[in-house]
Amino acid sequence: MKTLVKIITAGLLVSASAAAVNAASHSKSTLDLVKARGMVVCGVSGGLPGFSAPDDAGKMQGIDADVCRAVAAAVLGDSTKVEYRTLTAVERWAALTSSEVDLLSRNSTHTLTRDASLGVDFTYYNYIDGQGFMVKNALGVKSALELDGAKICVQAGTTTELNMADYFRSNGITFSPVGYETSTQTREGFEGGACDALTSDKSQLAALRSELKDPTSATILPETISKEPLGPVVRQGDDQWNKIVLWSIHALINGEELGLNSANVDEMKASTTVPGIKRFLGTEDAMGAHLGLEADWAYNIIKQVGNYGEIYERTVAPLGIARKGSVNDLWTRGGLLYSPPIR
Amino acid sequence: MLGVISQVLIAGALIGFLTWIYFNTVENLNQRGIPTGFGFLNQVAPFKVGFSPFLDFELGVSSYWRVFFIGVQNTIFVSILGIIAATILGFLVGIMRLSPNWIVSRTAMVYIEILRNIPLLLQILFWNFAVFLPSLPLPKASMTFLDTIFLNNRGLYIPKIIAENQTSGLIIIAFIVAAIIGTFFLRKWAKQRHDLTGKRFPVYITGFFGIIAAGFIGIVVTGFPLSLELPRLGRFNLAGGIEFPLPLFSLWFALTTYTSAFIAENVRGGIQSVAKGQTEASSALGLKRGHTLNLVVIPQAMRVIIPPTISQYLNLTKNSSLAVAVAFEELFAIWSGISLNQTGQALVIIAMTFLVYQILSIIISGGANYYNKRSQIVGR
Repeated sequence: MKTLVKIITAGLLVSASAAAVNAASHSKSTLDLVKARGMVVCGVSGGLPGFSAPDDAGKMQGIDADVCRAVAAAVLGDSTKVEYRTLTAVERWAALTSSEVDLLSRNSTHTLTRDASLGVDFTYYNYIDGQGFMVKNALGVKSALELDGAKICVQAGTTTELNMADYFRSNGITFSPVGYETSTQTREGFEGGACDALTSDKSQLAALRSELKDPTSATILPETISKEPLGPVVRQGDDQWNKIVLWSIHALINGEELGLNSANVDEMKASTTVPGIKRFLGTEDAMGAHLGLEADWAYNIIKQVGNYGEIYERTVAPLGIARKGSVNDLWTRGGLLYSPPIR
Repeated sequence: MLGVISQVLIAGALIGFLTWIYFNTVENLNQRGIPTGFGFLNQVAPFKVGFSPFLDFELGVSSYWRVFFIGVQNTIFVSILGIIAATILGFLVGIMRLSPNWIVSRTAMVYIEILRNIPLLLQILFWNFAVFLPSLPLPKASMTFLDTIFLNNRGLYIPKIIAENQTSGLIIIAFIVAAIIGTFFLRKWAKQRHDLTGKRFPVYITGFFGIIAAGFIGIVVTGFPLSLELPRLGRFNLAGGIEFPLPLFSLWFALTTYTSAFIAENVRGGIQSVAKGQTEASSALGLKRGHTLNLVVIPQAMRVIIPPTISQYLNLTKNSSLAVAVAFEELFAIWSGISLNQTGQALVIIAMTFLVYQILSIIISGGANYYNKRSQIVGR
């Protein structure tokens, strides 16, 4: 009987403490947690050159990784204070909603279902993409419409998989999916001959193609079968954190519009008379205060990470995807990147 | 009395705890804006499932329920294949391990030690990416047997038997089932005769040909209503017929060889547990080595072999969830992987997956325990 009492008491204690932990994690905002930790925990793909992949020195590089850096620069004033978690497509949502990561910057497509039913909020886009197909030259395929009866390597659990099903169904084409867990595995399967074509977002195709033993042996087909607005995602219900991530991306784009880059930002900060730039850099009207950040939040982003164009040239351009006049160029140059003013 | 009260209290505390977990989880999910429930199961699955040997999948029509059942079906399919092959191979290697021939027994030892000590995931990847994919030809250069069976680096293709109408198909199946039942009676009769007269009867060969003959008679009686759909080469792959995709073989081979190494050790242990006097006595009676093994040693060894082998069967079934690495569409890959990610219904999907593995494990261990009970010494 004594043991029994002990067991029940222990059970009650565990329940109570669990409830306490629950309450605590709800009351504390992500911003406070990040500040207390001194680190932004950022979920990335980790295996996708140009977006997020470790370089020779083991440092995470890519346009997604740089978004994490920008957020760290804005919140903590130091872009190096990022801890990367590599997540598979299947793991990512649970990792975010269970607070394992503070944000996902994992080339995730914004869709209605995800936005409304996963308990997450999409912020803004750091890369606008579209889905395509890559085939081996030896097959002599010129269009995706010729792929009747083909086996197609795809990353399981992605919008890619759904777009492919829609596209082939609407065109009356039969196909057979070969679904792998990671994008690296899809490349291995494609290279090893497990499938005839590989489908993914076109930027990913370029990255995967560059990793083939012989990149010239494969071609990316001309069709773009979907819209893939990719961007960072945060947990639903923390509006302040949502806005911080959102405006960190806006700062990258606005910075480029204002002609600021990592090389000239110090000089501009000292000498500029343009009110917009002064506001951006926090020397006049501290914008950061509205977000719960320091006045120099945007300055830190540009100084330590660079503007959107700099990031693009450093990360995505080497894959062979030119920016000029593409959807990922500024709206002033015919692209789609249009960012609300910082004022 | 005190015992009863404490039992009731513990049960109550347990139920209370589980209820609390349930409500806490639902509450937390709601707070995070994640609706949960079983409603999504009736929705149309927006992605395609490639391999399904028995259930049909039609893109744009089939629901998530269907995806779930295909997952369960494929898990059971590969597990049954794996259990059968691993048992046969395991017995063979286990017996080889005890062979008086030095080379044979060492070969078996090397086999066991290598396969037991390499992680299964690595072995699955090895069979898929290092053995099958590079060594098998492309679809255009498929290996073929009489242009009816094809093998290439996408899989194995066999002709599909199509019954022109359902009734004649059912009649043929009835003939075959009757022959199978007949074989059971034949076995019973042969055993009785053996007990009475000591004469043996080749039951299995007779049964095998009997079943084939029955099927053939069924076809003749119904007037040849069957046609074969042969696989034929399209632009990329073979179409038509029945396809067994390559990942199935990679998974099957890896599960089989890996598990067979453990079963071989069980078999060795079981055989060694049989007193040496039994072998010597049967040799003294003039039984051949094969008969000694089959009639004297193995029946006694089974009592030791079965219990640990049951847990290997369970392991094999659960290990099939590693299939996602080679893109085989079993339960874990298409349900806990793809469906979970497309719907976000983690709670329901993970619970259903748990339940399936749980039920499969109970069925396997139940069946094997039944056999185990029958093979134990009847104590009085």
